[in-house]
Amino acid sequence: MSATLAQAALTAPQGFLSPSGVEIAFLLVGIATLGAAVMTVTTRQLVHAALWLVVALGGLAVEYLLLTAEFIAWVQVLIYVGSIVVLLLFGLMLTKAPIGRSPDADSGNRWVALTVAVAAAGTLVWVVVDAFRTSWIDLDGPAQGSTKVSGEILFRHWVLPFEALSVLLLAALVGAIVLSRKSAPDDTPGEASAAAAPGGRSAAAPGEPSAAAPPETESR
Amino acid sequence: MNDALDVAVRLVVVFVVFLVLPLVVGQTEHKVMAHMQGRLGPMYAGGFHGWAQLVADGVKFAQKEDVVPAAADRRIFQLAPAVALLPYLLVLVAVPIGPSEGAVGQVVDAGIFFVLAVMGVGVLGSLMAGWASANKFSLLGGLRTAAQLLAYELPMLLAAASVAMAAGTVSLPGILNAFHWWWLPWQIVGALVFFVAGLAELQRPPFDMPVADSEIIFGAYTEYTGLRFALFLLAEYAGIVVLCGLTTVLFLGGWHGPWGADGLGWVWTLLKTAVLAFVVIWLRVSYPRLREDQLQKLAWTTLIPLALAQIALTGIVKVAIS
Repeated sequence: MSATLAQAALTAPQGFLSPSGVEIAFLLVGIATLGAAVMTVTTRQLVHAALWLVVALGGLAVEYLLLTAEFIAWVQVLIYVGSIVVLLLFGLMLTKAPIGRSPDADSGNRWVALTVAVAAAGTLVWVVVDAFRTSWIDLDGPAQGSTKVSGEILFRHWVLPFEALSVLLLAALVGAIVLSRKSAPDDTPGEASAAAAPGGRSAAAPGEPSAAAPPETESR
Repeated sequence: MNDALDVAVRLVVVFVVFLVLPLVVGQTEHKVMAHMQGRLGPMYAGGFHGWAQLVADGVKFAQKEDVVPAAADRRIFQLAPAVALLPYLLVLVAVPIGPSEGAVGQVVDAGIFFVLAVMGVGVLGSLMAGWASANKFSLLGGLRTAAQLLAYELPMLLAAASVAMAAGTVSLPGILNAFHWWWLPWQIVGALVFFVAGLAELQRPPFDMPVADSEIIFGAYTEYTGLRFALFLLAEYAGIVVLCGLTTVLFLGGWHGPWGADGLGWVWTLLKTAVLAFVVIWLRVSYPRLREDQLQKLAWTTLIPLALAQIALTGIVKVAIS
């Protein structure tokens, strides 16, 4: 997100003194998204953190829209807001997350985490700034990020990485099922379900929502 | 200025449709259920066959006290009905009802993705309500809602993807322009999967496990009263309108029909939507509620394989005719 913000700041020179409405909207939405993201990691109320994450991810989708990447924006809403966050809330409901503050919702690693986050953000900003220093993207013709252009780029130029990624996700899916089933036949039912539930969820985390769902249902 | 006026008129029309059609479906449900069960249903409000019953209900809901439980998470509890209702309004903007440019609120380039993405957001409202109520029945309802959404979102997407493959576009008007009558038998399996998965996403009977009144009172909505409760009910009926409209557009050819292209297209769209809405009500009256494990089994072992088979069939036919 800070990367996209930096990009907005970079494209500013041509319209710095007379920014267009889209640029102003982009910056405002970016600030709101950043605020929601900060709230996500600082709030002491677990479910509120998940709901702030919805705001942050939705804000990102709006940023994609403003950058004319309509397809990416809707996929962002579909996968992240519609599925990942629902999965997060589902997981939270299985825990003892109280209404109100959780006293232990903090980590001793906060400074390490902050350092890593700042370093990652700095790297991303630097890469984007260096890559697009003064270049302007021509928006004539079909917009980059529309369904047609995305599909053509994905299946013509990037088809090998695309297939490799899908195999990776398939492996995650199969792995999640295997992990959630491992101790089911021999142990007592109580132990089996206790072992299966966390295994299913942690293994599901890197996969897509479709990969994450089966172990949830099988562990019950 | 003319553009602004045009946009304003479209938004007002969509808003009026959004307010009227769910009420029509609700009243139809009262009457159809009553007659299927051998009784009359509402007969007094408004005079003619109780047509104003839902208006009276609305007035009653508006007069009730709006109670927030002491232990609830106030703000999320109050926000939840809006999160549940507004996505359906947004979806309605993108559904075309006729062949011309003016027959859709706003043409969205990636229409299928837009409608499915935004419909999925509506479920967040139920989850927020279930968690924020500080009530064990609400929490159970929220859990069941989430589990159901996770199971049924996938077959719905796969069935919609099959239509997008057949049409070669993901824009809703584009799909309608590419429609031929023989798509109906070709995509019938996808249509059934889409409709069933949509019913489950709306938590309509026989998939109403999350609000099962004989087990968990009213699921995530147990603690709600007055206008906020009415908004949840309205969201359910708006969901029926949206689901039936989408099934019509994606699988039944929308405005296609005799004289469909000569100005009568919107009649066909509304007619097909109404028939589907009748089927939704019919299913509620005639099927018992599925158990939670039966729900999950139906999604993972029946609907998803069927949807995948439909995609394979679509791909084969598509390659064969091109």
